Amino acid sequence: MTNVYINEKYVGEVDNAKEFLKFVKTERRLGNIPTELNLYFDEDFNEIYVDTTTGRARRPLIIVENGKSKLTEKHIEGLVSGEIKWKRLVKEGIIEYVDAAEEEDCFVAMDENELEKDHTHLEIGAITLLGICTSLIPYSNFGSLSRLIRGSKIQKQSLGLYASNFLLRMDTDVNVLHYPQRPIVKSFMGEIFDYDSHPCGQNITIAVMSYEGYNMDDSIILNKASVERGLARSTYFKPFNAEELRYQGGLVDEVGIPDPDIKGYRSEKEYRLLEDDGIVSSGSKVGSEDVIVGRVSPPRFLGEFEEFNIASNVKRESSIALKKGEHGMVDMVILTENEDGNRLVQVRLREQRVPEVGDKFASRHGQKGIISYLVPAADMPFSISGIVPDLLFSPHGIPGRMTISHLIEVIAGKVGALSGQYIDGTTFDSMPEKDIRKLLKEYGFREDGCETFYNGVSGEEFKARIYVGNIYYLKLKHMVANKIHARGMGKIQLLTRQPIEGRSQGGGLRVGEMEKDCFVAHGASLLLKERFDSDSTSLYVCESCGMLAVYDAYRDSTYCPKCGTKVKISRIEISYAFKLLLDELKALCLYPKIVLEEKF
Amino acid sequence: MLPEYLKIELNKTIKSSKLNDVQKKEIEKRIETTYDDSLLIPGEAIGIITAESFGEPSTQMTLNTFHFAGVAEMNVTVGLPRLIEIFDARKQPSTPKMELTLKSKYSKTIEQVREVAIRIKETKIGEVVNEIQMNLPKYRIELSLSRNVLRDLNLKTSDVVEALKKTFKNYEVKEDRWTIYVISKTKEIDLTDIYKLKEKVKNLHIQGLKGITQVLPIKTDEGYVVHCAGSNLKDAIELEEVESSTIKTNNLFEIADVLGIEAARVAIIKEAHGVISDQGLNINIRHIMLLADVMTRQGSLKGVTRTGITGEKESVLAKASFETPIKHLVAASLTGEVDELNSVIENVILNQPVPLGTGLPRLVVKVKK
Repeated sequence: MTNVYINEKYVGEVDNAKEFLKFVKTERRLGNIPTELNLYFDEDFNEIYVDTTTGRARRPLIIVENGKSKLTEKHIEGLVSGEIKWKRLVKEGIIEYVDAAEEEDCFVAMDENELEKDHTHLEIGAITLLGICTSLIPYSNFGSLSRLIRGSKIQKQSLGLYASNFLLRMDTDVNVLHYPQRPIVKSFMGEIFDYDSHPCGQNITIAVMSYEGYNMDDSIILNKASVERGLARSTYFKPFNAEELRYQGGLVDEVGIPDPDIKGYRSEKEYRLLEDDGIVSSGSKVGSEDVIVGRVSPPRFLGEFEEFNIASNVKRESSIALKKGEHGMVDMVILTENEDGNRLVQVRLREQRVPEVGDKFASRHGQKGIISYLVPAADMPFSISGIVPDLLFSPHGIPGRMTISHLIEVIAGKVGALSGQYIDGTTFDSMPEKDIRKLLKEYGFREDGCETFYNGVSGEEFKARIYVGNIYYLKLKHMVANKIHARGMGKIQLLTRQPIEGRSQGGGLRVGEMEKDCFVAHGASLLLKERFDSDSTSLYVCESCGMLAVYDAYRDSTYCPKCGTKVKISRIEISYAFKLLLDELKALCLYPKIVLEEKF
Repeated sequence: MLPEYLKIELNKTIKSSKLNDVQKKEIEKRIETTYDDSLLIPGEAIGIITAESFGEPSTQMTLNTFHFAGVAEMNVTVGLPRLIEIFDARKQPSTPKMELTLKSKYSKTIEQVREVAIRIKETKIGEVVNEIQMNLPKYRIELSLSRNVLRDLNLKTSDVVEALKKTFKNYEVKEDRWTIYVISKTKEIDLTDIYKLKEKVKNLHIQGLKGITQVLPIKTDEGYVVHCAGSNLKDAIELEEVESSTIKTNNLFEIADVLGIEAARVAIIKEAHGVISDQGLNINIRHIMLLADVMTRQGSLKGVTRTGITGEKESVLAKASFETPIKHLVAASLTGEVDELNSVIENVILNQPVPLGTGLPRLVVKVKK
């Protein structure tokens, strides 16, 4: 007797578990029981679990009976011609979905040739073990796992054609690549996902070599001429929203050119681009801190003090402006209403991004790098046949990471470019490396993929042969233009009087604990003091009670609130953070007495 | 200027050599300049440099605690966890370990060595019995001894009986072939008493050094070494079979107790250096020496913790800036402590030049009136 549970609820017993299992599975394949049902027999506990719940990960497998696949040539022909659809295969009991529990009872063959009598299922293809992104990587069965994972992640960050109606959309922070190309070395899965209609990279020529030490670690070198011809150029879109909010008491925000009288008025120069309606015109070139939409808001607090002010003075400036360092063209202006019925102004900024030093690039094999130098075309190394690579890739990136797939793609791409055909690089089912090398030889190149190269500066021949070919490269969304940051003076925090944090607010760059240790270790004591001077304050201390004294600027005199004017009061210079600490100690009823001493 | 003892040594070496006077002078000069060059400059931040010298490479250390250090079946803490243990001066290392070299007299054959090793390993009654039965109606517990275990440990039934008789003087101990009875003399005994008795009997020590849970004799070039899991330096040093001058242990506190604080200082240096070089890293031994000096200069072992050397800093602010600030501030205000602002961290807090490097020298000008 075997207990049977449906969705973890006990329902009864069966006499012969094996027969019951067989019966249910047959009925399911016949279509008498829903195909969503899966079951599993636990022999140790002598229990059968039947599951029909949602949220189980299930995968399709071809059913095998008596060592023969139920998917025949006929079916395949039908699939190719489009007569038979997937749904029908499932319905007819040729393919079934198996969940993690039922998988335990299955004996799955990887390939049709290795089918034996005991097999219950046949794998549809070896590539099904990979996810969408991973299966797009060509020759990935020749790469290492950790790099494959990284490669899949990187593809999600690449720039391409994310949506064909991007000109009509108001997405936040999007990039569109200018000339996306279909990869020469493609994967079978790419066809299924229709990758060709929204590609996200470009086929470029790379040479695996160093260049004057500019490509140390993971940095890469681009050919300036390639960049000038449009390589990896992209457009960055950023939307701005200005809503005319309604407030209590019938007050409303107003879009328009602000009156110079209002609170927080910027400057005439910053409003110069606004048209009469208070909005920039599309096509105008805007720069750092320019106002895009002028807006005036009612006062924040309505109360008694209102009567002391003149009405127009109370209104607040609340314009939408670019941040420091931002610039671009106004691409589109939309005047509309939002779901609350408020008037809404949307402005989209467009900026062309030409690859520059600091932009991030990657191949599909987890080989990412940063541009460290744009070499003038005249100084680029060139091959014996006159080919000048677009990108130089450091050879040190290969041995430690073991991304053989990267190297194979280079020669596969080379063959593809020479022969004018796409190369199938589907994982486990790709064009053999041997064939690629053979083809390479037929086209008159060395079969190891190396070529004689010349120094672009001196014209001398390199002693080593350089590995060169074509590979699909991705421009990633991390661009320096969005990240670069430096500051001299700027905003400070109210409480500590130290610089605020974060690039978006123009904050400072922190000299942290460990950086401090370095100054100390070098004995650069006075430099350390200077670096920490950001919150330096000058205070007066009563030498009698050791508490802070007051400086009266009006009378130009000092006095101690407790001891009066007849005590000695001295001026000291300390960090404001320490003054704050003393204040907090006082709040805890501790008495931090400052004892002063002459320095010399 | 060379220190006195170096001068004497130098003179001795020079005198015994066959050099002419010019050469001797030159050697003397060069040694002196080398010595002067390797001295630290006043105001060098050796503390921070030491901390950075440890901190940077230790980020590369793997946290692999379950690493077998070449010795079969012996699991020893190595790497960063062990380094932390040493510098925190933990009372008990997480894997105490001892290495005993046997005198050649006792290590002629492997059997002989094994016999000694078994005698060193701590054996409790619980390990040599198959079963302990509590017999309440007869006011006794019954131990059925395991013949195989006893044979392996070179013990006789009488040894067990002897040990029991010695400890349980209020009880009668009877022996009947492979069973031993511990019988209560009083009839007023209940189940809890007999249970307590059973536990006591189980944990009774019959042979070996306390704390040694495992022994492993290993043959080296110099003879046999017994590796022990667990450490008991105090007792091991008195063992007749063991070469007492070559005992090694990783328990620093035992070394400090038995051999003194100078021995503990050397032990810290050796242990820490061993851990670091095992990981394939290279930290100058002078950094370790400095740390060991600081840890032992009080005459007792002090770890780099808030209860150890950091807690003994003079400055209130320095103490408060490391762990539990409120505790230190409250304690300081209760006793009215004065912070003289003599060291680094206080001056960083106040944004004053730290008394190191360029911040150390002062110019004093006397103005004539």
